[in-house]
Amino acid sequence: MEYLSILFDQIYKILFLLVPVLVSVAMVVWLDRRVWAFVQKRQGPNVVGPFGLLQTIADALKYIFKEIIIPSSSNKVIFILAPIVTMTLALIAWAVIPFSATQVLADINVGILYLFAVSSLGVYGIIMGGWASNSKYPFLGAIRSAAQMVSYEVSIGVIIINVLLCVGSLNLNDIVIAQQNLWFVIPLFPMFVIFFISALAETNRPPFDLPEAEAELVAGYQTEYSGMMYAMFWLGEYANILLMCAMGAILFLGGWLSPLEIYPFTLIPGPVWLILKILLLFFLFALVKAIVPRYRYDQLMKLGWKVFLPLSLTWVVLTASYLFYFNLLPVN
Amino acid sequence: MIAHSIFFYTFSIIAIVSAIMVTASKNTVHSVFFLILDFISISCLFIMIGAEFLGMIMLIVYVGAVAVLFLFVVMMLNVAQQKNQWFSSEASSKHIPVGLIISTLIFVELIIVVGGWKYKPDLFDINNSLELAKVSNTHSLGQVLYTDYIHVFQISGMILLVAMIGAIVLTFRKRVGVKTQSYIKQISRERSDGVSLLNVEFKKGVKIDD
Repeated sequence: MEYLSILFDQIYKILFLLVPVLVSVAMVVWLDRRVWAFVQKRQGPNVVGPFGLLQTIADALKYIFKEIIIPSSSNKVIFILAPIVTMTLALIAWAVIPFSATQVLADINVGILYLFAVSSLGVYGIIMGGWASNSKYPFLGAIRSAAQMVSYEVSIGVIIINVLLCVGSLNLNDIVIAQQNLWFVIPLFPMFVIFFISALAETNRPPFDLPEAEAELVAGYQTEYSGMMYAMFWLGEYANILLMCAMGAILFLGGWLSPLEIYPFTLIPGPVWLILKILLLFFLFALVKAIVPRYRYDQLMKLGWKVFLPLSLTWVVLTASYLFYFNLLPVN
Repeated sequence: MIAHSIFFYTFSIIAIVSAIMVTASKNTVHSVFFLILDFISISCLFIMIGAEFLGMIMLIVYVGAVAVLFLFVVMMLNVAQQKNQWFSSEASSKHIPVGLIISTLIFVELIIVVGGWKYKPDLFDINNSLELAKVSNTHSLGQVLYTDYIHVFQISGMILLVAMIGAIVLTFRKRVGVKTQSYIKQISRERSDGVSLLNVEFKKGVKIDD
């Protein structure tokens, strides 16, 4: 009986986290398309619901009622598993995101490592989908995206080390609390820029959307997918983008902290601040999609390995020596 | 405690079954996927005994990077065909003894390690385990790695670096006639380098690209 009550308690908490995440993913897709349209002086989706807010729900309904076509020469088990893996990985990472000092589903010691591990697993959904389709374009897209994600993970990992040097803990709540006086975006601004660009590459967003470059690869790894399975890839992708935004907000923009600890700002609760910061980062993601042309593939790899990795490694040395010589290292 | 053992047995059964499936499955790509499942369940076991840092690093390094490269190699090369050739051709008689010797060696090493841990517990320094219990996993690992074992740690890092450079040197070849982009060349290009005005004689033309 005791186990059951713990189980129901946990399930209730998980649902309370996942349902808002899924709804916000739907809303964010709308926001993305809307921002994209406004930059190009178009209207964007504005027909279904007020301001077109229900457009994504309509799209999702359409996907659900479409027939799922599984290519006869595909590897069926892996083909079906791939979108499930993508979606699951995009959702389980939210377990450690702290919405305020107490509102976190799993307050684990190695929260940032967990986030990093889950985001590095994300590549499997894409490889599995591309390989199982047994077709040229998806395979090429999958190979491209795997190489891209592995390369940019390296620089994201080094950037995380920068932040951890200043915090002295792997717990996400500790990282947020360490920014009480000064958000890390100010002392580590170059790292924030590199993190933002690496996050674009990690989530296969334009200008790094080579895996699904429609001019070369039809739709990359999603080419053979249809109906609900395509929709799951698509939702998982956006959930991943939101997750990267949340990671950026927690590592550099002070998570659930308010920008100034004075009267009108302190009235607003922590989760609202976190959501506002996530939305700000997402707005930048959407703007970049609209204003930057796509990279060439060799330039993309060059940027990752020859520019970002040396830069962020040098910055680790700089941060460490600065903290060491001014005796600012967090010791406990 | 019951929940703990249920989880432990679930993960260990998954780990063992997937380890068997790595060698048993016909499709090489499936083997790699089973290997990944094995890594994941082993990192879950690490987390269950309280070594959360090791578990996460296992996920990041092995599953996130090494297994991706495995998948790359297996998908790009036709490994399955090669495997069949090995087992059916004459050369297989050369490979099997070597494999047997290596696996026996690893097995003996495992027995030595397990035996030492089981029957000679004083081989391991457990004096500071009380101190370690207070700080988190990551801190205690760092305190040991960067103080007592700093030289071993540095040497292993150096060995990895040398191996990496060696691999690059072995596979590096200078290709001629490949057009690569050089940013410095592009930026420092002047109008006079690319454009020249010529007085062309009527019905003679100019010879370009000589």
